[in-house]
Amino acid sequence: MRTTTALATAMLLGTALPALAQDCPIKVGVLHSLSGTMAISETTLKDTMEMLVEQQNAAGGVLGCELEAVVVDPASDWPLFAEKARELLTVHEVDVIFGNWTSVSRKSVLPVIEELNGLLFYPVQYEGEESSRNVFYTGAAPNQQAIPATDYFLEELGIEKFALLGTDYVYPRTTNNILQAYLQDNGIPATDIFVNYTPFGHSDWSRIVADVVALGADGKRVGVISTINGDANIGFYKELAAAGISADDIPVVAFSVGEEELSGLDTSNLVGHLAAWNYFQSADTEANAEWIAAWQERMGADRVTNDPMEAHYIGFNMWVNAVDEAGTAEVDAVREAMYGQEFPNLTGGTAVMLPNHHLAKPVLIGEITGDGQFDIVSQTEEVPGDAWTDFLPESAVLVSDWQELDCGMYNTETETCVQTLSNY
Amino acid sequence: MKTLLMAMLCALLTTPFALAQTRNVQDILQTQRALIEESSRRTIGPAIDALADSGLPAIPRVLETWQAKEMWQRAADGLFFAGEETADGLYRLIDFDTGAPVGTYPRSELTQLKPNSGIRALIATALVRFQLTDPDPAKRSAALDSLGRDPEAGLLEPLRASVAAETDPALRARKERMERLMTIAHGASPAERIAAIESLSGDLGVDFRATLNPILATRRTVIGATDPPPANVAATLSPGGEELGVTAAYDLLVAEGRAPALVTKEARDAALTAHIRDGEVGGLPVAALSSETARDTAYDALVVAGLAEPRVGPQDVAEALAGHRFLDVYADPDPDVTAAAAAALGASQTRVAVGQAVDLGLDALSLASIYFLAAIGLAITFGVMGVINMAHGEFIMMGAYTGFVVQQFVTNHTASILLAVPLAFAVTFAAGVALERLVIRWLYHRPLETLLATFGVSIALQQLAKNIFGTQARPLTAPGWLDGAWVINDVVAISYIRIAIFALALLFLGLFLFIMNRTRLGLETRAVTQNPRMAASMGINPDRVNMLTFGLGSGIAGIAGVVIGLFAKVTSEMGGDYIVQSFMTVVVGGVGNIWGTLAGATMIGGFQKGVEWLNPSNTLAAQTYMIVFIIIFIQFRPRGIIALKGRAAGD
Amino acid sequence: MHRSFIARHPSVLVFLALLALFTLAVTVLSEGFGVGVISTSFVKTLGKTLCLCLVAVAMDLIWGYAGILSLGHFAFFGLGGYMIGMWLMFERTRHIVEGALADAALPPTPEEIEAAIGNQVFGVVGSSDLPLIWSFADSLAIQLALVVLVPGLLALVFGWLAFRARVTGVYLSILTQAMTLGLALYLFQNASGLRGNNGLSGLQNLPGVTAPQSEVSLWFFWASALALALGYLLSAWLVSGKFGSVIRGIRDNEARVRFLGYSVEHYKLAIFTLTACIAGIAGALYYPQAGIINPAEIAPIASIYLAVWVAIGGRGRLYGAVIGTAFVSLLSSWFTGGQAPDLTVAGYRVAWVDWWLVLLGLSFVAVTLYAPRGIAGGLERLAGRRKDTAS
Repeated sequence: MRTTTALATAMLLGTALPALAQDCPIKVGVLHSLSGTMAISETTLKDTMEMLVEQQNAAGGVLGCELEAVVVDPASDWPLFAEKARELLTVHEVDVIFGNWTSVSRKSVLPVIEELNGLLFYPVQYEGEESSRNVFYTGAAPNQQAIPATDYFLEELGIEKFALLGTDYVYPRTTNNILQAYLQDNGIPATDIFVNYTPFGHSDWSRIVADVVALGADGKRVGVISTINGDANIGFYKELAAAGISADDIPVVAFSVGEEELSGLDTSNLVGHLAAWNYFQSADTEANAEWIAAWQERMGADRVTNDPMEAHYIGFNMWVNAVDEAGTAEVDAVREAMYGQEFPNLTGGTAVMLPNHHLAKPVLIGEITGDGQFDIVSQTEEVPGDAWTDFLPESAVLVSDWQELDCGMYNTETETCVQTLSNY
Repeated sequence: MKTLLMAMLCALLTTPFALAQTRNVQDILQTQRALIEESSRRTIGPAIDALADSGLPAIPRVLETWQAKEMWQRAADGLFFAGEETADGLYRLIDFDTGAPVGTYPRSELTQLKPNSGIRALIATALVRFQLTDPDPAKRSAALDSLGRDPEAGLLEPLRASVAAETDPALRARKERMERLMTIAHGASPAERIAAIESLSGDLGVDFRATLNPILATRRTVIGATDPPPANVAATLSPGGEELGVTAAYDLLVAEGRAPALVTKEARDAALTAHIRDGEVGGLPVAALSSETARDTAYDALVVAGLAEPRVGPQDVAEALAGHRFLDVYADPDPDVTAAAAAALGASQTRVAVGQAVDLGLDALSLASIYFLAAIGLAITFGVMGVINMAHGEFIMMGAYTGFVVQQFVTNHTASILLAVPLAFAVTFAAGVALERLVIRWLYHRPLETLLATFGVSIALQQLAKNIFGTQARPLTAPGWLDGAWVINDVVAISYIRIAIFALALLFLGLFLFIMNRTRLGLETRAVTQNPRMAASMGINPDRVNMLTFGLGSGIAGIAGVVIGLFAKVTSEMGGDYIVQSFMTVVVGGVGNIWGTLAGATMIGGFQKGVEWLNPSNTLAAQTYMIVFIIIFIQFRPRGIIALKGRAAGD
Repeated sequence: MHRSFIARHPSVLVFLALLALFTLAVTVLSEGFGVGVISTSFVKTLGKTLCLCLVAVAMDLIWGYAGILSLGHFAFFGLGGYMIGMWLMFERTRHIVEGALADAALPPTPEEIEAAIGNQVFGVVGSSDLPLIWSFADSLAIQLALVVLVPGLLALVFGWLAFRARVTGVYLSILTQAMTLGLALYLFQNASGLRGNNGLSGLQNLPGVTAPQSEVSLWFFWASALALALGYLLSAWLVSGKFGSVIRGIRDNEARVRFLGYSVEHYKLAIFTLTACIAGIAGALYYPQAGIINPAEIAPIASIYLAVWVAIGGRGRLYGAVIGTAFVSLLSSWFTGGQAPDLTVAGYRVAWVDWWLVLLGLSFVAVTLYAPRGIAGGLERLAGRRKDTAS
């Protein structure tokens, strides 16, 4: 009922007051760290957004308006993310924000975005267990990355013993909790799951690599699931290579290692180790070839593309289409228009925006090649993103549906909405 | 079935052309086309078997081509070929049976087959029987590798048959070891297996332990008090002991359907909810059920009324447990074999423990040498000169980036590293001299302000590096001869790069001692540090000496940067990782004494590894404990492990 | 007592008057209660800056007056924030949980509520139980007391250990830096019980308060201004009396003060602990305005920045600390905010986001080399005044 009214209003506005309803230019906030520890990953996304905005302007903008990118630098400082988000929404009065990388930065801006009814597109794979009315999650939820990768380990590689190595923060912790529950559901005893957490930027890996090798002593096939973040991967893979561990002996699947991270590494010793993403640069489609060409023309021929970039690409284009449909960039109308938006993936197939604010996207598994790219060895059908995992008892009963239930944390057992704000 | 196949295979191997006229590779591939296209490890087995068992002479080559992802499928007719890329970006297809080229095609008309590593492992196992006697030693070695990963019982005989003809002594030793291991797992008679176990008893190898452990794997089971026990019981457990808690034991009974389940809180609340009538349940109003005791009372009332399952009390649990026996049962039914395996594994365990201690020691030593290397420049600028240089970490970073830049121009890794080391020294020496001239010289009597000023330099340098090199981590690749590790056995190993760091740390220690004690610069430095005026009146130019000493300390930091970049990463923020640690190392060791710095590095490295070993699942804790330890340590030796005495100690 | 003290130190009165004027002006211009010229986000920025000024005053006491360069005072600041954050999170979550459980078939038991709060607060970081250190999180009074007690106690223990061992000068600086690094690393662990890297978030939403942020931000702004006024007054009073003379004596010549029969260690310990308590209070006011606290806040770099603010402002003068902090931190937020226009120098576009830190770093060097008395020193020279308190 609510939906139809909103849609009707939006359509009315769209037909009755074309372009006039919209103040020009339409402002797009970009909230990515350009300095500090996360600049290493986030600067690329800022460049991506600037490129997307330019491309859209070259194609005539939106609703007859120019788009204007408002770039701020939250400097990898989590409280500053909240401050900058407030500034974007109240001072610059942006219509949409594309931004954030780490979970903690997202948790920092959530209260602000919900208070001021902003709209955020979050492009990075994350731990789930969250659903905000004001955020669209274009990166992978655990069931779109971790679970398929674990299935691949169990079924395709016949792994019987798991080392879950992660950086000590929320994404690895939650993902590993989900995986532990999932593995035990699949008959792997708790004693065959080794979990280790290391600090950010950890560089002394010899002990941990030795521990992983020692796991093989009981004759079971060992595999490593790595949620190691950022720079720390470099030391980890170097140590792995030095210890002479080939992917045939102990395969490693990583959820935070993409083309960008590999560009800091000599990959000749890592050939065959795996990563799971929704996008790889090596995907063989026409759209992807165009995308890479545009990116490299702008940034230099040695630059690579990666998964969060594709997430922004899909998110931005969906938003543009939703604004077109709604006939306004006003947040509530755009949000209603977002549900069911379809846009072709760069890897083939079509991404669909679900009522739980997640995308349905295919899951790809790639093997690292000698030139720092990934050879795609497995590609699933589109998997719908799940905000609340089915493998932890507390969240199995929860669903998110902003379209019908207007609730991001709906308890299906008691049939009540736990909260309409997200938990942060 | 398998033996039948084996027999057929043997027959086929001797008469390779028997079936070749009737079938060819393409036919088999086409028959299995659906499975090959599906490309999943779970289903691919029959396709590989069909190929391997066909006896066609081309099979090893087909499998190898497939394994190397060089098999292509022509989109037009679905036929499979070996493919290779030609100079002009097209693909030349080659027929498997004839070996003749069938033409060149653009990529769009072909599909590459990309078997995943699970399938590649299966192909490798299928290839073993062909490769064990291959003339190429590399292929024989590869066969042994895949045999180690998947020691399939059927391959024991082909392996045994290949041992005698093996000419390469190293491969022969590997084959013999593999034969022992496979005998343990798949030997025909217990005596044969026990002999094999005993021949390797006490061995450290992971493969040996990996062979024994599955034999000793146990399964927990429960039987009635009077039931006959199953074969080869490892242990009988008493509930409530360390091995098996009362709850776990009872859960086991419940799981086997031998006892009723306990009434959980969830079950209780569900029963209460189900029996709410007119706002009341079990004689209590619903509103009163906001405590555990009230809910228990209400539930008991439901039980009395016959509306809910009765609770299982402690008495019932004890009775149920007493009526059963809990056993751990070996997977292998033969007690003699398991006894021999247990004895052999026990002998291994002791040696493994010793090996692990040695390995931990090596790790600690390696970490200590990294700390030492990062701190040695500081031992000069801070330790000898007393200058706090917060930009020390950025000098390390500058050295590492110098290495990266050199590698952009000199592609030979050995040459580039040899070039990068002096260049890094030159760059950071110059930077150090500039810093000393421009900033530090004016602040010799204000150490706290030196700290602030150099900190300013540190953030400026860090941001400059970001502006120049970008925020991505940059690769600094070690030369090939530093790849890999020195493997003493399966437990003790250390990578060559860490050995190189250790050697370099020793070299720098020697260099430092030489410069300070045997050269004019060292003499002058010590003189200027102790009493600049007196030194000046002796004809020493303190400005020049300070400048050179500071430059030297900075230059060494630059070289350390190259080495640290090789082993970890090159980012604009790498300096920050080492600065506090380095100051700690110098302070804990004792300022002004290089042996102190060495002792400090050893102690911090050793302590950190020790904590990591005690708490292997959380590396972060080790660093916190280390800092607490340092703060407490300073209480007892405020001037460090090796404290200077007398005049030089005054600050 | 106070009248005569203020009469003797007119600068304190001037400062307080200016602060009051500033507070009034911001209120009048704000969105919440005024004409709406100043945005809510800027009110928050100003409120946070006042808190930073307060901790800078504490830093000036310990460094400018007592000569102890502590590079760990942000640890105390952060602990204060954590203590108030625990109550804010607990209470906010309790409201949500009780609301959600109100419709359940059976009325919730205290245990169920507790478990649900634990699950809600810690579910985010992959756990579900409330750790022991959250025992008092339901009591605002206790947590407010802890805002002062926890930093104070840490400072007392650390200071006692350090001063007893006669650690001085740069060694003490490095040791305090190690302390804050150690604490940050400890809190970074998920197992620390304070949500690890994620820290405590959503602190700007006061439990049970429905007033809009435009008003809440002003409440905190006032509270911060009041705290700064009281902190400034206390500090000025302290340094004007005998206590102030003794700590300045320690700064200038520790051995001589010791020979005069003063227990140097006790004085140092007292000033160290007192400033830690002030830092804790400043933190407790700062983080509800920032919205989130996490271990990165107390990394060593933060404390170094604090020292730099004081140095740029001019140490040994309380108003110098305030000026330096306000100046540098507001400038920082302006330059990194993207408002500063890019310059084009010789065809090369200079983006401030990229070059601001280089400029800031070099300005530290310039200040230490050419203006050791900081901005305040420069102002005094301009005014042609000489003060006997200057070092």
